[in-house]
Amino acid sequence: MNSLLSLITFLPLIGAVVLLLFLRGDDEAAAKNAKLLALFTTSATLVLSLFVLVGFDPGDTGFQFLEERPWLGGLNYKMGVDGISVLFVMLTTLLMPIVIGASWHVETRVKEYMIAFLMLETLMLGVFCALDLVLFYIFFEGGLIPMFLIIGIWGGKERIYASFKFFLYTFLGSVLMLVAMIAMYMQAGTTDIPKLMDFAFSSETMSVLGITVVGGAQTLMFLAFFASFAVKMPMWPVHTWLPDAHVQAPTAGSVVLAAILLKMGGYGFLRFSLPMFPVGSEVMQDFIFTLSVIAIVYTSLVAMMQEDMKKLIAYSSVAHMGFVTMGIFALNRQGIDGAIFQMLSHGFISGALFLIVGVIYDRMHTREIAAYGGLVVRMPVFALIFMLFTMGNVGLPGTSGFVGEFLTLAGVYQVNTWVAFFAATGVIFSAGYALWLYRRVVFGDLIKESLKTIRDMSRREKLLFAPLVAFTLLLGVYPAVVLDVIGPSVAALIDHSETALAAQATTLAQN
Amino acid sequence: MLAHNLSVVAPELVLAVFAMAALMWGAYSRRRDPSSTILWASVAILVLAGLFVGFQPEGARTAFDDSFISDGFARFAKVVILFGAAAALAMSGEYLKRTEMLKFEYPVLIVFSVIGMMTMVSAMDLIVLYMGLELQSLSLYVVAAFRRDSLRSTEAGLKYFVLGALSSGLLLYGASLTYGYSGTTAFAGISQAVGEGPLSLGLIFGLVFLAAGIAFKVSAAPFHMWTPDVYEGSPTPVTAFFATAPKAAAAAMFARLLYDAFGGAVSEWQQILAFLSVASMFLGAVAAIGQRNIKRLMAYSSIGHMGYALMGLAAGTEQGAQALLIYIAIYVTMNVGVFAFILNMQRDGKPVTDIGALGLYSRVEPARAAALAVLLFSLAGVPPLVGFFGKFYVLMAAVDAGLIWLAVAGAVASVIGAFYYLRIVYLMYFGEAAPPLEGAMPAMHWALLGGSALAMVLGVVNLFGVETLAASAAATLVQ
Repeated sequence: MNSLLSLITFLPLIGAVVLLLFLRGDDEAAAKNAKLLALFTTSATLVLSLFVLVGFDPGDTGFQFLEERPWLGGLNYKMGVDGISVLFVMLTTLLMPIVIGASWHVETRVKEYMIAFLMLETLMLGVFCALDLVLFYIFFEGGLIPMFLIIGIWGGKERIYASFKFFLYTFLGSVLMLVAMIAMYMQAGTTDIPKLMDFAFSSETMSVLGITVVGGAQTLMFLAFFASFAVKMPMWPVHTWLPDAHVQAPTAGSVVLAAILLKMGGYGFLRFSLPMFPVGSEVMQDFIFTLSVIAIVYTSLVAMMQEDMKKLIAYSSVAHMGFVTMGIFALNRQGIDGAIFQMLSHGFISGALFLIVGVIYDRMHTREIAAYGGLVVRMPVFALIFMLFTMGNVGLPGTSGFVGEFLTLAGVYQVNTWVAFFAATGVIFSAGYALWLYRRVVFGDLIKESLKTIRDMSRREKLLFAPLVAFTLLLGVYPAVVLDVIGPSVAALIDHSETALAAQATTLAQN
Repeated sequence: MLAHNLSVVAPELVLAVFAMAALMWGAYSRRRDPSSTILWASVAILVLAGLFVGFQPEGARTAFDDSFISDGFARFAKVVILFGAAAALAMSGEYLKRTEMLKFEYPVLIVFSVIGMMTMVSAMDLIVLYMGLELQSLSLYVVAAFRRDSLRSTEAGLKYFVLGALSSGLLLYGASLTYGYSGTTAFAGISQAVGEGPLSLGLIFGLVFLAAGIAFKVSAAPFHMWTPDVYEGSPTPVTAFFATAPKAAAAAMFARLLYDAFGGAVSEWQQILAFLSVASMFLGAVAAIGQRNIKRLMAYSSIGHMGYALMGLAAGTEQGAQALLIYIAIYVTMNVGVFAFILNMQRDGKPVTDIGALGLYSRVEPARAAALAVLLFSLAGVPPLVGFFGKFYVLMAAVDAGLIWLAVAGAVASVIGAFYYLRIVYLMYFGEAAPPLEGAMPAMHWALLGGSALAMVLGVVNLFGVETLAASAAATLVQ
């Protein structure tokens, strides 16, 4: 079972290759086969990943299920998971069958569509499992190609603009990260992530072009990584690609984007920025807090004014990701636990919300809020599920959204009361836009002619939502399922960061 | 002694004898037109020479009083040149026949230019270097104007000739200055003169003129002006050839000259190279954005790619030379694939070069479109495709040499450059439908296009061992 992670990672790719090589024809039967094969592959991946979850020992804070093989000179093919990454792997494998299920009605180029999603799954899983810098980078960047094509081919009207914006924004962030990675390799002489975590990068104050940089090389490398992760996250002010990409992507693309791809940024902060550049992280803490608070407040207000449902949810995602960055850089147990929790919870809730939009979009072919109203009359089940996830989005206690927001706020409060204060207003704003959206779409009188014949959710759609509902409630009621897994690893991460900071303080004192 | 000398230059010698024999045969054959036979024989002999050079035993052997060397570096470059030229020649057969341009002089000229290139990368003396360069250039001037009834083609040939002559003049001037101030034309002697303390002003001038002359040949900005016009005007198979082997040869020759003759003055030429590199990367990225003609677009793309290759050179280290070799090997492979595609862009028997013609091409020919998309993403340097590794190695060499600003500039330029590659992908997959291009594609073109696309994907496993080969080749250059 030593290559379990590789198997999980590359199984979807194998499915994609099989589709590419062996599936012929453009008729309905071929399309059906493509869908079934994709569903089968993603489900098999899910089942396999359960073995990882079962075999995972939360008490061990190191990496587990390690695999290591020599690759190109100096680089290693190294995979492994720890408490932080294992749940992201699970999130990905769990959501992918749902995503495929949500694409059941796709009619144009079904085969290519499924290939793109399967490739994307491989690349996303690779990001969370990779334990070598360059390997990580390849998975991280490789995701751009299928996503570019997904938005471009199956997207809406403005898809070309959106796909280019998405690609170029994220590419710019990432190549800067690549330069920093190379600089790290030059300093530490290895690209092995666990070894780099223990390596103390130079943090002596230096001056670049006449500007004094506190934290020196660490801060510079932190900024280069930040450029990449902040775009992926996305943080204000580099978030503008997200609403465009979301609105233009097909439903399944939006779900993947919101639920999994956005998590790569947060994961990157946890995997690289905090452990490798502890000094840089501390130097930049206030900066990140500021951006996070602006993201929370500003994008919540922007969300309120949106007329397109997907755009509204996209902006609310940016706000929720603000909680995540804020929690991560609180640099304490509650903050980081909360941030990871918030990411997982957001994966379920935002994924579900985009699916909800997809449900009515499939029926009415519009996402404009004004085109709806009074849906509760014709679609009671839909209204119920929408309500649940609206509450989750607001952060109502009992849903997973509450736990994440509460923990991050509690964590930040210990560090910076004002940040916590302003961020807390975001909770109120989110109640504002989410409930208002709900009221406009679901309540009111059913007066629009076009809506009078709308049908409630089909069995397939209900089935898609079932796991999302279950997890949102389970995590809301009993968060320990997640916190027990991530807890020890997060504690180790904080220990590590504090030791590094203490060591740096001593050297500073000696000088 | 003579036997030893001749054994060192055996591959060049065989090619030269073959080319002259083919020339005679073509000129005196009365019965049927031997052009096609000569073309395929040339392809075969280029491939055989490539295999022969590739499997030569390790170690450096010199000939003609150390003015010619066959070492690991030269062999690596020669293999790239020979296979690149063979591929370019192999794909031109079909096209030339179709457009009734197939004449026996064409393969002969290509073989002559290949001999020139092989001499360039093996040169250990300025005079040998110049002879190789001129043999290459003169053949190239003629093939650029090969479609002699076409205004565009003759214009390209003339432009190339005039500007090429100018650059040769610059190079010669630099060589004479170098000779004047070091007292020798042999690289070993120059290297000795350079090693003796600070560089004299005359040698610096010589170095600058030499670099300018070669920058012309690799079409690095600001000496790139001829490239788009020549690429556009020349018949497409000739453009395909220009974009592959000569670029590799000139870049390798640049490395040879800088490392072996001026190896002691890295700090002097590092700035020149870094400037050439940055200027080329940005020019290649920005100027291509406005291009709708795919041949001009590939011209700017090649300028940009040369910028990256020179970034490796600018590092001035063994790692830099290795990165350069890896980069040109990958670059040549990608270009072979892309040009195999471009050769088939035609409608009603006429070549089409407007990229708009590719609108929704993926609906018509999904497999070809996918192969081209892979190559374009690879050219843009997106992982996990092999093009990324080329960039990775040069960036690594640059950072290692302390040129972090250069690496950052290269990273930014690669984002700008990604735009125009993406635009072609966008056109093929979700652009506006265009009248379909002609369907048939010769098997040879398919093999080259599909093969190079597949190599870009599978190379992620171990780069087909190119990395270690390049490392040992670079080690022989930098001692």
